Amino acid sequence: MATPTMDKLEALEADSASSHLIAVTFRIRRFNPEVSADASWEDFRIDIDPKERVLDALHKIKWDVDGTLTFRRSCAHGICGSDAMRINGRNRLACKTLIKDIVSFDKSGAVSKPVTIEAIKGLTVLKDLIVDMDPFFQAYRDVMPFLVTTGNEPTRERLQSAEDRERFDDTTKCILCAACTSSCPVFWNDGQYFGPAAIVNAHRFIFDSRDEAGEQRLEILNDKDGVWRCRTTFNCTDACPRGIEVTKAIQEVKRALITRRF
Amino acid sequence: MSSNNAVTETSSAIGVVEGESLYDVDHPAPVIEAPRQRTNKTPKATRGNFEMAAWLFMRLSGVVLVVLVIGHLLIQLVLDGGVSKIGFAFVAGRWASPFWQVWDLLMLWLAMLHGANGLRTIINDYAERANTRLWLKGLLYTATVFTILLGSLVIFTFDPNIR
Repeated sequence: MATPTMDKLEALEADSASSHLIAVTFRIRRFNPEVSADASWEDFRIDIDPKERVLDALHKIKWDVDGTLTFRRSCAHGICGSDAMRINGRNRLACKTLIKDIVSFDKSGAVSKPVTIEAIKGLTVLKDLIVDMDPFFQAYRDVMPFLVTTGNEPTRERLQSAEDRERFDDTTKCILCAACTSSCPVFWNDGQYFGPAAIVNAHRFIFDSRDEAGEQRLEILNDKDGVWRCRTTFNCTDACPRGIEVTKAIQEVKRALITRRF
Repeated sequence: MSSNNAVTETSSAIGVVEGESLYDVDHPAPVIEAPRQRTNKTPKATRGNFEMAAWLFMRLSGVVLVVLVIGHLLIQLVLDGGVSKIGFAFVAGRWASPFWQVWDLLMLWLAMLHGANGLRTIINDYAERANTRLWLKGLLYTATVFTILLGSLVIFTFDPNIR
């Protein structure tokens, strides 16, 4: 009596288990200096749940298809900022991008275009999706991203009003994934430019009422490779996986430099 | 690279199947470096507000140029008979007034400096090699100075009775 029902259920389950998967082609930019001097595209076609993320697809490829695929990831939850990559021509975090949001379907319901994945631009590619982040972090270090104060250390917390905290709230969200800096056309052609991420992190301290080195940071960003090289293309704001209004922060630093008020 | 014969025995199976790869673990290919990377030896900040002044100048001269250039175009090409009225006599008549002399001089200087500064930033953005930058900027500055001086000379020394 119960058996037919069970069979039905099992069949239903098996059916639904496979039917929600879609076949997606991932076109990945591969580069291995130990094999070839040239980078090339390689296609991987896998079945995947559209509700999964691009990072899950990369894991699937690396674990089940081709173990030589190389990429960075750490927390896999959009906090550590190590898996920024160029997905379908846009800088995103692989761990925050759902498959369903980036694939397009044709009339028959099949996926019509491959998903392209490549390393972020403007930094030296070391292997596959891994780039040399040293120049990026050098620019970050150069803006002194730490609290600078004078005088004796207070015996309790350095208090700050809610309004003062609000002033730089947006720029505290940065996770240093380099999605903004590597989406900046000025940075692509001239790595000497500080880049949006360094300016965002300078902004975070320049507009902090507890910090006393704002003047010094503004002087650093007043240089020829500083904020004045920004062309306001808004690529950085579009790229930021944390939704920081990067271009606005850069403009605020420019205004602070002109009015010397911050 | 013929030196990789010695290491073929120890190299792993990464290499291509047909033909021998030029590169292996001990002889990796050169990576393609991004242009002008920042290192800890990158020149530190220099004092001076030139870039800020240039940035501000672009905004302010742009606003003034909108008025100057649109006015210029209206007078020269649209109002009062349009382009057909322009001749030596028309220019001579206009430049008899100091107002139009100042107008044209201001337009010449602002437009040339605005354009030159714009091209300077484009050269900075796109020229990767230091030598290319040097030559392009040298050419740009020479042309700018020449045009500004020649234009100013004409406006100041214009002689309506020239034959």
